[in-house]
Amino acid sequence: MAKRIDIKDVNIYYGKFHAVDSVTLSVPPRSVTAFIGPSGCGKSTVLRSLNRMHEVTPGARVEGRVLLDGEDIYAPSVDPVEVRRTIGMVFQRPNPFPTMSIRDNVVAGLKLAGVRNRKKLDEVCERSLRGANLWEEVKDRLDRPGGGLSGGQQQRLCIARAIAVQPDVLLMDEPCSALDPISTLAIEDLITELKQDFTIVIVTHNMQQAARVSDQTAFFNLAGVGQPGRLVEVDDTEKIFSNPSQKATEDYISGRFG
Amino acid sequence: MRTALRPRAGSGGGSATAPHTPEGPISTPNIAQSRPVRRPGDRLFRGAAVGSGVFIVALISAIGLFLLLQAIPSLRANQVGFLTSGVWNTTSATDLQFGILYLLWVTVATSVLALALAMPISLGIALFLTHYAPRRLARPFAYVVDLLAAVPSIIFGLWGIKVLAPTLVPVAEWLNHNLGFIPLFAEGNVTIAGGGTVFTAGVVLAVMILPIITAVSREVFERTPREHIEGALALGATKWEMLRTTVLPFGKAGYVSAAMLGLGRALGETVALYLILSATTAVPELSFFDGGATIASKIALGAAEFNNPLTAGAYIAAGLVLFLLTFVVNALARAVVAGKKEYA
Ligand SMILES: Nc1ncnc2c1ncn2[C@@H]1O[C@H](COP(=O)(O)OP(=O)(O)OP(=O)(O)O)[C@@H](O)[C@H]1O
Ligand SMILES: [Mg+2]
Repeated sequence: MAKRIDIKDVNIYYGKFHAVDSVTLSVPPRSVTAFIGPSGCGKSTVLRSLNRMHEVTPGARVEGRVLLDGEDIYAPSVDPVEVRRTIGMVFQRPNPFPTMSIRDNVVAGLKLAGVRNRKKLDEVCERSLRGANLWEEVKDRLDRPGGGLSGGQQQRLCIARAIAVQPDVLLMDEPCSALDPISTLAIEDLITELKQDFTIVIVTHNMQQAARVSDQTAFFNLAGVGQPGRLVEVDDTEKIFSNPSQKATEDYISGRFG
Repeated sequence: MRTALRPRAGSGGGSATAPHTPEGPISTPNIAQSRPVRRPGDRLFRGAAVGSGVFIVALISAIGLFLLLQAIPSLRANQVGFLTSGVWNTTSATDLQFGILYLLWVTVATSVLALALAMPISLGIALFLTHYAPRRLARPFAYVVDLLAAVPSIIFGLWGIKVLAPTLVPVAEWLNHNLGFIPLFAEGNVTIAGGGTVFTAGVVLAVMILPIITAVSREVFERTPREHIEGALALGATKWEMLRTTVLPFGKAGYVSAAMLGLGRALGETVALYLILSATTAVPELSFFDGGATIASKIALGAAEFNNPLTAGAYIAAGLVLFLLTFVVNALARAVVAGKKEYA
């Protein structure tokens, strides 16, 4: 549980397009790291390279090493399916499986892993939904379709689905961007709770959110149009938002960007 | 630590009062009172849409009515039960004998066999093309499958009886020999060695409806939302598990509709079956090795007798049954697709 991630000199490509240039960054276990930066600078791309989802895009590839507690997830002997089982992901748009009930959505990952025991599945379902602060709202309609929930509930359902398999790391790509302020707060509180058990990396465009939930913040930027994105600096969130060492970071977080 | 988060310039602060226009207040039309504007484009389009809808319904009713009116006198003159008999003897207008039963059996048997063969293969091809084949291969392959649909059915008929039938004879004999205890594989009313059987016809029909089922399923599978696919993969699904949890449920309705389109085509296919099926007057054994004719091919075979209105009416009555059959198939398909709407 809760492993550390070391990204070492990672370059990411979409076909011939060099999207992200040489990122080196460490994420300590049981902490929240926020990725911030202007649109198109490669935050999602870096995030998706951490659970080998990047290579799902045709022609996309990653160079460099990503170590999970010292083990390279890009080593030739490593099965990407196994990597994704231990590193959970929550997407920008809530994506519960529309043909499945709430219960089946939550335990989908477990079922994939071969768990069939009904009692165990129900147990995990309840625990995950409680963990995602959704249990009280849905406990009476677990057999209804997951698509019938509100956007915020759907996103919490997706978080429940991701934590049901007890991953080592939880990646979140702008998990609140489609949500109202109340649901956003609910998810931010949830992230603070989940930090006890998981290593969390979150991409966000909301500076206040980064300041509220993260321990460490990484600022990415584009050197120019058509240039690859790069990591400008990474530091304690407090330091980044009060006294960043790079001018570009200060400009960005104070809204003087671009 | 949030001190550095100054509000961005211009956000929320730009509500300076608008300068008054020198002419004074402008009288704006009261939105609540103004009647809804009917735009000519809307009206034209609405008219065209309603018009075509009405036209289609009227046309189908007219065809149905035409068939019925033509068929009634012959049905009156029929010496045997139309729905309960299989005899077809329309050479003498004074002693008209026509029953739909055997034709119906051959029609349904060939079509259902074709569907049973084509559905899994189409599913495989569609999944392969959308999720397994490298892009460079997928395009030309899909094109070849589509080309199959462009082959005229008379070519399929010729190929079926001249090439496929002899090749299938050993297969048919093997099935008959080893599975003959199942009625469907028992001896039929024509020789297996001749090849003009429901079995051969079903295989040829399967090839004929493969492209349409594949093309429609492919389109549907391709539309599976990316976020669902990625959601499954991110949970640690293998490719096949991803297909099973997202692509297949998403595409199920489309796949069923595709199959029904194929079935519709198989039920109505005429020329190919006209060439393939061995004619016989013997009673069918309800086996895949029966011969005979389908409703459509029987009508084509009987074209020479259409000069007599009573005889023609017998064939038209058969056509009416085919018409109803395709209607029922469509309705069933709709029911299947509409089921489980909640999860759509
Ligand atoms: N599937 C793709 N194929 C090709 N290029 C892509 C693809 N996805 C992203 N890119 C490119 O990679 C670069 C980084 O994109 P990415 O989505 O990582 O940015 P981001 O920082 O997440 O932006 P946003 O804040 O808008 O989400 C961009 O230049 C983008 O155009
Ligand atoms: Mg992004």
